[in-house]
Amino acid sequence: MDIGLYHYLSLAAFLFAIGLYGILTRRNAIAILMSLELMFNAVNINLVAFNRFSGSDGLSGQIFALFVIAIAAAEATVGLAIVILIYRNWRSIDADRVNLLKW
Amino acid sequence: MEAYVFYLFAFIIIASGIAVVTMRNIFHCALMLIFCLFTVAGLYVLLSAEFLAVVQVLLYVGAVAILMIFAIMLTSRLAGREVQLSNEQTFVGGFLALVFALGIFYAVNATYFVPSDAVLGRENSLAIGKLLMTEFVLPFEVISVLLLAALIGAIIIARREGN
Repeated sequence: MDIGLYHYLSLAAFLFAIGLYGILTRRNAIAILMSLELMFNAVNINLVAFNRFSGSDGLSGQIFALFVIAIAAAEATVGLAIVILIYRNWRSIDADRVNLLKW
Repeated sequence: MEAYVFYLFAFIIIASGIAVVTMRNIFHCALMLIFCLFTVAGLYVLLSAEFLAVVQVLLYVGAVAILMIFAIMLTSRLAGREVQLSNEQTFVGGFLALVFALGIFYAVNATYFVPSDAVLGRENSLAIGKLLMTEFVLPFEVISVLLLAALIGAIIIARREGN
């Protein structure tokens, strides 16, 4: 049986769901960021698979995935800086306890 | 042959992904994340996106994951000690994630995607480099500025105030 677009899309869907589960259930801020990286990777698998199996010729999908990776790197640096700042002020990175902006 | 490799990679990705969101030691979670990202790079090679695979290893495994480990070591006074990582929403979260996954799975299988006849050749990296310098040169430059801004912002945020 040939491996096609549907296999990759299904795999990415499940990986995205795993990341979603991590974001919903983790309370450590760094663990939440790691789940976020899983979701980014699921999206990237989708983009590259579409580029390979569907659409017109060209490499737009791969270049889009490249930009997603760059944005993810920027997100990780800023996110981890915020986490470290929160730790410095609260002595904890429990996302449930950081509720300063909650009304 | 390709099918076996795909299923092996898919199994490793799903298993290590589940390990990332369920393991009780956050350091082990980070190591599992690195493993997962490596395997995704293998998947890119399978999809004839070699350049992207190298970028994945360089940027994700080499930069983002190491940054995560640094942050873990900076924020948990007792690295390696098992702390409470999950909240009490495990059941609801799992249910929602499962519903989401099955919904996407159903939608994907119910849709017909027009297959392409384009063959991705061996000169992928060359073509990507040319595209980045011609058609996508503006987004490329914008993303460079964005990365610089993010780095400066991260330094400003994490800097100690005073003196």
